[in-house]
Amino acid sequence: MASSKRLTGRQKIGWAVTTVLVLLYALFPVAAIFANSFKTQADLGNPTFWPANWTLTHYEMIFVGSAQELFLTSLRNSIGITLIATFIAVVLATLCAYAIARLNFPGKRIILGAALAVSIFPVISVVTPLFNLWRTIGLYDTWLGLIIPYLSLTLPISIWTLSAFFRQIPWDLEQAAQVDGATQWQAFRKAIIPLAAPGVFTTAILAFFIAWNDFVYGISLTSTESARPVPAALAFFQGASQFEEPTGAISAAAIVVTIPVVILVLLFQRRIVSGLTQGAVKG
Amino acid sequence: MTATAENTRKNGQATKRPRKSDRTKAEIRLGWMLAGPAFFVMMAVTAYPIAQATFDSLFSFRLTAPDERSFVFLDNYLLLFTDGMFWRIFGVTLLITVVTVAVELVLGFALALVMHRALKSMRGLLRTAILVPYGIITVVSAFAWYYMFDINSGFVNRWLSWVPGIDSDLDWFSNFGTAITVIMASEIWKTTPFIALLLLAGLAQVPDELVEAARVDGATKVQQFTRVIIPNMKAAIMVAVLFRALDAFRIFDNVFIMTGGDANTEVLSLLAYNQSISRLEIGLGSAVSVVLFICVLLMCVIAVKGFKVDLASGTDSSSGKKDGGK
Repeated sequence: MASSKRLTGRQKIGWAVTTVLVLLYALFPVAAIFANSFKTQADLGNPTFWPANWTLTHYEMIFVGSAQELFLTSLRNSIGITLIATFIAVVLATLCAYAIARLNFPGKRIILGAALAVSIFPVISVVTPLFNLWRTIGLYDTWLGLIIPYLSLTLPISIWTLSAFFRQIPWDLEQAAQVDGATQWQAFRKAIIPLAAPGVFTTAILAFFIAWNDFVYGISLTSTESARPVPAALAFFQGASQFEEPTGAISAAAIVVTIPVVILVLLFQRRIVSGLTQGAVKG
Repeated sequence: MTATAENTRKNGQATKRPRKSDRTKAEIRLGWMLAGPAFFVMMAVTAYPIAQATFDSLFSFRLTAPDERSFVFLDNYLLLFTDGMFWRIFGVTLLITVVTVAVELVLGFALALVMHRALKSMRGLLRTAILVPYGIITVVSAFAWYYMFDINSGFVNRWLSWVPGIDSDLDWFSNFGTAITVIMASEIWKTTPFIALLLLAGLAQVPDELVEAARVDGATKVQQFTRVIIPNMKAAIMVAVLFRALDAFRIFDNVFIMTGGDANTEVLSLLAYNQSISRLEIGLGSAVSVVLFICVLLMCVIAVKGFKVDLASGTDSSSGKKDGGK
């Protein structure tokens, strides 16, 4: 790696340009929709990047105005359903990954293989039968009706990521603590939990991203505001009048649901990167 | 897979095998007690539905007329395979998969190299930026790209008006070539970070000494890259490509938001959705779902058998390290 060497002036400029290019690449579309969300209805008809006049109309519309019902209920659904699905997946995956990392039992490979198979499974293939079944047993258009299929998205990645994390924990520490006079529970709590917690936490973030992103289940298994999550609700936005496109309101709502993602990324980028790469490539 | 699992579970509880000590048995039982629930849930939410879909696909069955359900065996598949529309949709899906993965591999490599070589002080910034597209909701990304190119509110037509063929009257979403370009662009933007991070992990595994040795021997930068770095991270590249290809083949969100399948941009997932959820043709929709599933399965088998992609690498990497006590 060249990083230990002194950089020449030209190299410095090269790196500055590269960094700006990467930032532009990553943030440009987000900036575009951010700008849209502050445009007046008149500006939305002009092909300019930034608004001529900045306005909060669209944010008012989705938080206190005519789109309030649609947006706030879907936001509550999204948050609730995603957090519950993430929590269940992480709990189940923690137990599972602990067994895989620490115990010797036949079927380990089967479980990891199954997790892999589920993660490549086309979501749409699950939707058709679930749509039919949910309508029959009354789970259609309910929170539970989304939480269950969301587990097919969140569980596999949680199991893989956590197994990779848990394998790296020096479990001998537990015994060392016991030799030093700690009880088994103390040893586990003092030696293992602090080492395992970051992995569990990172896994939760990754699982949250995936569930938060869902669209197929959200649009197929709901029909009203009682369970429809935000991504699906965005497709149902309407303009203030029949002749107005809901561009501004959709952009504002899109920015609101992007905020949690940006916050998590800003706070935990290092962990997210290590979680992603460990789960997918050999840990 | 389920059958094997049940066997294993039975073996775990069976008392017949004499070579298993009590401790081993207890460990097996504990293992399945801990891992079983997760395994069961995963199977319940995927294996059951695909079995049900396979069954449903053999019937002519509309939810609007549930009493007229009749067994038609493979007629739904026959209907699909003899319909030119299905093959067009299949082709579009394949096109999107091939183009996006190819572009992402190149772009992803560039990003991975930038992150790998970047100064420590800049790495955090670069990673943070690159994680934004990864974490953003696909539907949001689809809307962002849609509005950029939209004929009414988009600025792209004005910005690119110097390019021949682009002017303020160009409606990107009204014909196939332009519509599919924007759809693929949004897909590439959103998922390149994932491939870049996998490649970055692969890059980190290439020993620095190897590259250094090649440099000392007089290899140019390009030679170092093509002769030393790439061969040494082949596994990471294959895994990244396979994962992305499987993912791209299931594309749905961008197409749904941007064109809804208009301008001939319909893809397999959208076809399945339209048949089962919109038209309530459960039989035909299930057949599309099963076809999609089989395609994904085939891609996997080809990759694993044909290209020797070891998806389960890491599965057993350190499980051999047994702990004596406990």
